Amino acid sequence: MIRLLSIELQKNWQNRSSKVLTIIYFLSLTLLATVALIEFEFGPFKVRAAESGFFNFPYIWHFTTYVASWLKIFLAVIIVSMIANEYSYGTLKQNLIDGMSKKEFLLSKVYTIILFSIVSTLLVFIISLILGLKYSSFTEASIIFSDLEYLFAYFLKHVAFFSFCLFLALLIKRSAFTLGFIFVWFIGENAGHAILKYKILGYKQGDKDTVIIDWVKDVLPLESMSNLIVEPFTRLSFVKSVTTTVGATFENNYEVQPINVAIVLFWTILFLFLSFYILKKRDL
Amino acid sequence: METILKISNLHKKYRRVHAVNNVSVEIKKGNVYGILGPNGSGKSTTLGIVLNVVNKTSGEFEWFDGKYSTHDALKKVGAIIERPNFYPYMSAEDNLKLVCKIKNIPYTKVYEKLELVGLLERKDSKFKTFSLGMKQRLAIASALLNDPEILILDEPTNGLDPQGIRQIRDLIKVIANQGTTILLASHLLDEVEKVCSHVIVIRNGVTLYQGTVDGITANEGFFELESENLEQLQTALQHFSQIEKIEKDENKLLVYLKSNLDPAELNSHLFKQNITLTHLVKRKHSLEEQFLELTKH
Repeated sequence: MIRLLSIELQKNWQNRSSKVLTIIYFLSLTLLATVALIEFEFGPFKVRAAESGFFNFPYIWHFTTYVASWLKIFLAVIIVSMIANEYSYGTLKQNLIDGMSKKEFLLSKVYTIILFSIVSTLLVFIISLILGLKYSSFTEASIIFSDLEYLFAYFLKHVAFFSFCLFLALLIKRSAFTLGFIFVWFIGENAGHAILKYKILGYKQGDKDTVIIDWVKDVLPLESMSNLIVEPFTRLSFVKSVTTTVGATFENNYEVQPINVAIVLFWTILFLFLSFYILKKRDL
Repeated sequence: METILKISNLHKKYRRVHAVNNVSVEIKKGNVYGILGPNGSGKSTTLGIVLNVVNKTSGEFEWFDGKYSTHDALKKVGAIIERPNFYPYMSAEDNLKLVCKIKNIPYTKVYEKLELVGLLERKDSKFKTFSLGMKQRLAIASALLNDPEILILDEPTNGLDPQGIRQIRDLIKVIANQGTTILLASHLLDEVEKVCSHVIVIRNGVTLYQGTVDGITANEGFFELESENLEQLQTALQHFSQIEKIEKDENKLLVYLKSNLDPAELNSHLFKQNITLTHLVKRKHSLEEQFLELTKH
């Protein structure tokens, strides 16, 4: 495992664009901390993030994992190009000829994905801990270390998304097309759902078709990954009070749902299995 | 003699093309093999299959008597396929170190092999700054990193300038003289004839000849004869039972033999018949002519 990781890290670290993207990614994560200094405007209400309860334990775990996971697109670019490059340089072929097995080749990529996800999760953990200790109203250990399942969800979400990228990059072999396809897929999941639900089936509250179509959307890969950590903003008491004032209500379950974990695990395993299948079947 | 690679009844079918058709080959340690075949004859596909990058349709192949799995066996093999494939953003040295990691060997040979191919001074230059000749030499250095049991070269001089071709050819000779088993796919026949001890001829995926280079060129040869009166000459030649056939080529007669015929004997006989030859040459077919003969449609 160390050997495979060191092979893959050499490939990535000596590539200038991968190196720059990695640095940008981890810097941006760190810069999240400065969010504490930003003033939000929410309708007529002005809110200083640091005083708004964003950084209260255990809520902060939910907040930072949700926000930080948007940055994963930087790492996705690295992962897509690390696969696409192997095809365009002809080095996949050369690696195999030099005596790497196809399984080892895939494993070296998977280990790297897991390593990136672990480092990212650790960094988010440390940043949240520091921010929380500084701004949280509660600092008892039992409160600090509750709701840590958000970190697990964050880790899983990254591994799953990167496996999706890995599979598509192996399938398409070109980085620009792959990234474009991921974007189109993302739009497709949402637009396809919206068109089916409102245009074709005709939305009625509590309708059987609507329930099914909503359920199908929740099972799709990107949607299920995003459902792992639902948006945290409407959970805040000040937002709740604002919305109650304007007459809207949010009814969300904010916890990490085991069913979503299961769906995402299923997709991850499927993508990795399909990646191996493509690698095995394709002549180079 | 130890068998390095044994291929039996190998087939590869693409949708319409039967690229490799029942190829069986045995590669023994210490020999230098040439694989000859026109473009698209299935040479590269066959090599691709044994090198784990192309999936076979049926048949078997076995490295080192099946002692290792294919990918572990390949760690003991050095191979260069078509064009040199390296990471363009890495230096020559780093590229070789990466290969060491893949082959699970220490870095100790990196400098030695760079020296051998004359790239030691450029070890810190990025691969993308290299000329094609240098890239190809780096590929050879990489293939030699583990002092392989067998070196497989697929068209190693393709696209190189005359200097580059010379350098690669000299390198191959040096390596062959060290006793390394070599499998050289090429259509540069004089090259194969000079370096190789054995030859395998493939056309349309089918093996046409397999054996020693001497075997393929070992024929009784033929005479080129010229005289004032060719018809008279042709009649006089009927005397010899060693002659297989006679062909007329412009103002020359090409006399093919089935068994040995001494030029002196031929000449003295004709002279007795009052025929004076203006031209007498005894020749043997070169590998090139034999190859063209074999692969003719």
